[in-house]
Amino acid sequence: MLQNLAQLPRYRGLIQSLVARELKARYRGSVLGFFWSFINPLTLLLIYTFVFKYVMPAAVKGADPYPLFMFCGLLPWTWFASSLMESSGVLIAGGNLIKKVLFPAEILPIVTVTANMIHFFLALPILAVFLVIYRAPLTVGELAWFPIVIAVQYVFTLACALILSALTVHFRDIRDILSNLLSLWFFATPIIYPYLTAPEIAKRFLNWNPMAHVVISYQEILFFPGPFGHWKWLLALGVASIGFFLFGYFIFDRLRDSFAEEV
Amino acid sequence: MSEGRPAIELVRASKIYRRFSHRKQFATLKSALLTRSLIKNLRPDETFTALNDVTLTVPKGRTLGVIGRNGSGKSTLLKLVAGITKPSTGTVRVDGRISALIELGAGFHPEISGRENVFINGIMLGLSKREVARRFDEIVEFAELTEFIDAPVKTYSSGMYMRLGFAVAIHVDPEVLLVDEVLAVGDEGFTHKCLDKFAEFKRRGKTILLVTHSLGLVERFCDEALWLDAGRIRGSGDPKRIVGAYITDVQQREERELAAGDSKARESASAATVSPDEPASAVLPDNPVETASAPADMFRAAEGRWGSREVEITDVALVGSDGASGHVFRSGDPLDVRISLRAPLPVDDFVVGIGVFNAEGVCCYGTNTSVDALLPERLSGDAEVVFAVDALDLVEGTYKLDVAVHKQDGYPYDYHRLLYTFRVKSRAKDVGIYRPRHAWRFSGGVQFTPGPASAEAPAGKDRDTE
Repeated sequence: MLQNLAQLPRYRGLIQSLVARELKARYRGSVLGFFWSFINPLTLLLIYTFVFKYVMPAAVKGADPYPLFMFCGLLPWTWFASSLMESSGVLIAGGNLIKKVLFPAEILPIVTVTANMIHFFLALPILAVFLVIYRAPLTVGELAWFPIVIAVQYVFTLACALILSALTVHFRDIRDILSNLLSLWFFATPIIYPYLTAPEIAKRFLNWNPMAHVVISYQEILFFPGPFGHWKWLLALGVASIGFFLFGYFIFDRLRDSFAEEV
Repeated sequence: MSEGRPAIELVRASKIYRRFSHRKQFATLKSALLTRSLIKNLRPDETFTALNDVTLTVPKGRTLGVIGRNGSGKSTLLKLVAGITKPSTGTVRVDGRISALIELGAGFHPEISGRENVFINGIMLGLSKREVARRFDEIVEFAELTEFIDAPVKTYSSGMYMRLGFAVAIHVDPEVLLVDEVLAVGDEGFTHKCLDKFAEFKRRGKTILLVTHSLGLVERFCDEALWLDAGRIRGSGDPKRIVGAYITDVQQREERELAAGDSKARESASAATVSPDEPASAVLPDNPVETASAPADMFRAAEGRWGSREVEITDVALVGSDGASGHVFRSGDPLDVRISLRAPLPVDDFVVGIGVFNAEGVCCYGTNTSVDALLPERLSGDAEVVFAVDALDLVEGTYKLDVAVHKQDGYPYDYHRLLYTFRVKSRAKDVGIYRPRHAWRFSGGVQFTPGPASAEAPAGKDRDTE
């Protein structure tokens, strides 16, 4: 396992070109192309803003301006959720490669997560515009944490993606389970409501949700004023994510030999 | 060329595939979740041994041809050597960079251009970006795709797709080249180019493992041949000898299959006509429906048996040059069609006829004793009529026989329509329905030398390959 892991950096070039291909291919043939990376989150944002600002405003007290608040959580969540959805099918879709070419299979989920991260980056300018419009209270000290949150989320997402992609090869049901699980997970993460206004009982549950800490970190850095107080949680999650990644890689490695036969 | 370690070495390698039935898979998920042993519980009950205890060494610079019937484990062997799957038991060791021409263009993305795909594919096969860039023009030229290289791959024809895949794979500059039946990827010209490329690899001392059904290619091109049968090595060594043994085995197998098929056809034919309910239809001289509209599969549609059975054909045997009855014959060999007849009561009006049809249902030849000016005198009890062919000058293919006894006016005693099958084997690739005895003669300013394909030259010369 560790040998295989050590080999990974050698495939940097391949991962790079595959991510580039993924990005190019995704919007090839569509008129708006890369603009969809902006439009998709914007549409979601409009819908949720409309619902929570005008239809049921009571639910989201303590998060004003609401569009900015939502955006802070929604963008990373989109990265996370689409990474998981795509990676669950990625080995089956790339079956041709695994079966016919000597190819380290873990590259496929890695490419998926990375490509979605690039999409996340592409949507950041919109977030920046929102930050300027709403005059968000940003400080340099807080912003320094921003790449760290991204790194933690990347490792955590990668770990999930490795496990999911490997298991889905054997149990195709996972894809359906996952889409349900993700909508549950979405509401179990303080994206459309602020963590602070959640009831005590809910908070206890939220603390067990890794994505909650990721999202809260984004919100504290970009949205809430005051120093970044969530850093202990974030660092703990970072360490746990590395362990989780190793575990995920272990599972993947154990199942690796079966891929060529099962996909 | 035996210096150093061999390029490919398999020691007692076996590959056992697991067979999940559909129901089993669901059961596995449930039980796996219940017992929380996802990994351990993935053991199925049924297995299939694709490769069984194969030990094999290919020294550097040698070309090994792997032959065998479908499902004999050739591709599994290749995948093991390529490292795509691991052997269930035993070891596989390969020395040097491998390029596997197993599935051409695997990993091409349809939406992006050929140019980008060449880069990604090259990197996937182990080249660096710079190396691909250096070879790019050569690759594109080899694939004959200069005009289309910037079009998305989804617009390519399957031939273009394959050519590009082949070109990339072959320019990876491997130490060990694995080829799985990919020479059918282009027109004649491209195939030649591929063969030239292989020859170049050979000259440069690279090792090639070639899986193919083209026996001529193995004979011409390989230093050694390996014959796999049901996952085991049936033979290895000199290509000519192995190919010969393989052909013999295939013929014997075909022989058995044809014999089984024929007896089945005859059974159903006699069962249909002997049925006492409809004796009238059985005596119809010819079924107008069958002959009027020629269906796609003439054989299936038209085979049958009818007649009054006043004279009965009790047996038809095809006897080749070896004196044994069989179903597979070599083009140019003598053939006897031995027709056993039985007339319970003596008859004096009878004609014995025969017709040979090819797979398209075209009558290649038909004649009878009356046509050949033999006047019937008497037939009673058991008798045998032999239709002797000096030389079976048919091209390769499957043929069916009509055998019949009838009156001179056509009233059928016993008509066996297309009930006997035989196959003609030929190593010449000539076409048509009839092979005249022929030779080429030249004079003046023209000169030929016997080419490398002379091993497959027309009938007669190559009958002693076994």
